[in-house]
Amino acid sequence: MEVLPKIPKSWNLESKPHKFCPGCGHGLVLKALGQVIDELGIQDRVVFGCDIGCSLLAWDFFNVDSVQTHHGRTTPVMVGIKRANPELIVVAYMGDGGGYAIGSQHLVNAATRDDKITVLLVNNTIYAMTGGQMAPTTMPGQKTETTPYGRDVGVAGYPMMGPEMVSAITQEGAYVARGSVARFRKLKQYIKNALQNQMDERGFSFVEALSTCPTNWRTNAEKTWAFLEEQMTDQYPPGEFKTPQGKEG
Amino acid sequence: MGKAVKIALAGEGGQGVQSVAMILTDAAAMEGKEILYIPNFGVEQRGGVSIAFVQIGDEKIGAPKFKTGDIVVALSDRAVRRVGMYVGPETVFIYDAGIKGVEDDIPQDAQRILAIPALETANQELHPRVFNVLIMGAVIGATHVVALEKAKEAIEKKLGYKFEQNPELREMNFKALERGYEMVTGTGVA
Amino acid sequence: MGEKPIKGEQKAFMTGNEAVAWAALAADAEIMYGYPITPQNEVMQYWTRLAPKYDKRFLQTEDELSAGFTTVGGVLAGRRAFTATAGPGNVLMQEPMSMAEAMRIPTVVVIQQRGGPSTATVIYSQQEVTLTCFGGNGEGLRIVYSTSSHQELFDYTIKAFNTAWKYRFPTFVLADGYQAKMRESLVLYDPQAKGIEMVPTESFVGKPGTPGEDRPPAHLRNTYNTEEELFDVLSKNIREFEENAPEITEYEEFNTDDADLLLIAHGIVFRSAAMAARELAGEGQKVGYFRPITLRPFPQEELRQAAAKAKQVMVVESAYGQLLKLVKENLYGMEVPIKTHLRPGVGITPEEIVADTKKILGEGE
Repeated sequence: MEVLPKIPKSWNLESKPHKFCPGCGHGLVLKALGQVIDELGIQDRVVFGCDIGCSLLAWDFFNVDSVQTHHGRTTPVMVGIKRANPELIVVAYMGDGGGYAIGSQHLVNAATRDDKITVLLVNNTIYAMTGGQMAPTTMPGQKTETTPYGRDVGVAGYPMMGPEMVSAITQEGAYVARGSVARFRKLKQYIKNALQNQMDERGFSFVEALSTCPTNWRTNAEKTWAFLEEQMTDQYPPGEFKTPQGKEG
Repeated sequence: MGKAVKIALAGEGGQGVQSVAMILTDAAAMEGKEILYIPNFGVEQRGGVSIAFVQIGDEKIGAPKFKTGDIVVALSDRAVRRVGMYVGPETVFIYDAGIKGVEDDIPQDAQRILAIPALETANQELHPRVFNVLIMGAVIGATHVVALEKAKEAIEKKLGYKFEQNPELREMNFKALERGYEMVTGTGVA
Repeated sequence: MGEKPIKGEQKAFMTGNEAVAWAALAADAEIMYGYPITPQNEVMQYWTRLAPKYDKRFLQTEDELSAGFTTVGGVLAGRRAFTATAGPGNVLMQEPMSMAEAMRIPTVVVIQQRGGPSTATVIYSQQEVTLTCFGGNGEGLRIVYSTSSHQELFDYTIKAFNTAWKYRFPTFVLADGYQAKMRESLVLYDPQAKGIEMVPTESFVGKPGTPGEDRPPAHLRNTYNTEEELFDVLSKNIREFEENAPEITEYEEFNTDDADLLLIAHGIVFRSAAMAARELAGEGQKVGYFRPITLRPFPQEELRQAAAKAKQVMVVESAYGQLLKLVKENLYGMEVPIKTHLRPGVGITPEEIVADTKKILGEGE
């Protein structure tokens, strides 16, 4: 029986242990991505783009070519690379703020243009790097630094339902899913499907990963997991929203 | 030709002043002249007075806009009011004789003021569509910036595909050009 | 490589926007990313008509942020990539160009200045000097060519690609609505026929081999953990910018020996200033001009030498003191009086400059 988790070959060991906080879900999402890169044998042609906020800590996470930027602009940077060199497999990795707020126009337009890229967005319901302010994905009633009495939807609006939106605006051939770090194997499968979709040049691919932020949630391990597994999963149903020809990947 | 000739052409959108400028400058380009043509392309281009600033000379042209034109042409009442500012004591000011209600707006200090029956002539003797070509003839008559034959070549280049289908159109355009030229020179063209 | 878009030399009569598109083709630019804004639209319009014939590409993006960041992406993929913008679009363009500046990404951006601030006019202005030279939250480590004619638009657009790829600083061609929209004659040419070799491009990402095995991975970032880490990177970039500045700077001057008045102007206004200076010089007046062609880096030494020989200088620009700011900074410590002719957002004719000059020289009363 294998006890130790296998470290993905595409990981950059020099940057390990990684820089994310204890209990943060980013490491799991990036582990899934690393394993997928290994399994698809694309380490030599993946370009990994990360954004401002916690995702930027991944700028040297992999032994793959990586570009860091900000404000959800990792999407147009990856679009630019892909358009200039379609041989490359590009992954735009960002948080919910970058993808759904400040850079939402890029997500929307890359999706509607059916750019052959993969967007991997981590939803932890909060702006974490900046110290726990409300995010587009903050849950109704959830306390954050800028909603200290809980998110009042009458004032601050409702959470952004990313995959639901993206699946509504994409064409046949797109792949859209929502996974969770609590369901690692599913999440990994979704990421693999998304990258495969890009490799097959079928269309835009998008995976939202429900993730954890005990530092800003101010939760212990048990409560962290409960928030993810119960409340978040309730608000944000995981699953595949769109697959080419309706097929499971 | 010493200093560049400065021409301001103004009319309502649709009167074709920019087409005139385009063909005229094309003709000048064929003659190897130096040209600078700048359309007034501000918000006025939608539903306002359209102005073409054209300079043609033998040496590289300096600034794109000028304070005072050598020839200023106005084709509507609004155009008359709009281009008054480009008229000085050296300017030949040409406007369509049919424009009503501009008696007080005609610049007084121009060197020469010419009211030409361009619209009337186009409508009655030729076709309303060639009004702007007639105006081009008048500009050439006033400036001699290009040879009339070059202007015809430029018209041919621009509208040749239409003339293929309807050779009468060619005759009408060339006629309009000559009529415009005569209106200003009064000498006729051989 | 397909057929060359221009063979040898060709005389042409066209708009500035068209000249830019032809220049990009001649420079073998491979992809343009863009978003519509007047007065640069025709750059995209001509490019999209011409590009497919030469196996080149275009992407219309959702905004200028995206136009800038996709251009960055195109360059990272090793292509000669460019975009064009103006006014409020140039404001948005500063965010991606900050990234390009931070990471030494050789982007090329053509700016056709329009009136400002905000929407203002679509026509003409010289009010994007400060923005183009120093926009973004950085130190202005960019190269900015200010052109004054269609020939220069063509020449410097080609040159911009070479400067960008040689020195690896984002490079701008700064023109304006007049230059964009007016028609004048110029000579198009194949750079090679003129002995201009295009500086080869290089991929930043996606080089051959597996990262971590055959080669180190490209880990490109513009974020730093510590002040010192950032300071080291900036110090290196600033040093390289300053070391290369003398090689990059370009200027033009006339009648600068013993001038009673030295006109200082750039871009299209320079044409009026040059006409005014030549006219006055023809009348026996001691009037000269100095024109910075590169606004970044600025030809400091050359301007100081010219100003040292002048009794006074006059800055002429279609802005309220943006070139003036550069001039003051570069003349710091000198005692030469600085006069101004500042007309924000409107064109300046030679007649106006002549009149003002005569007034200053005490003859226009």
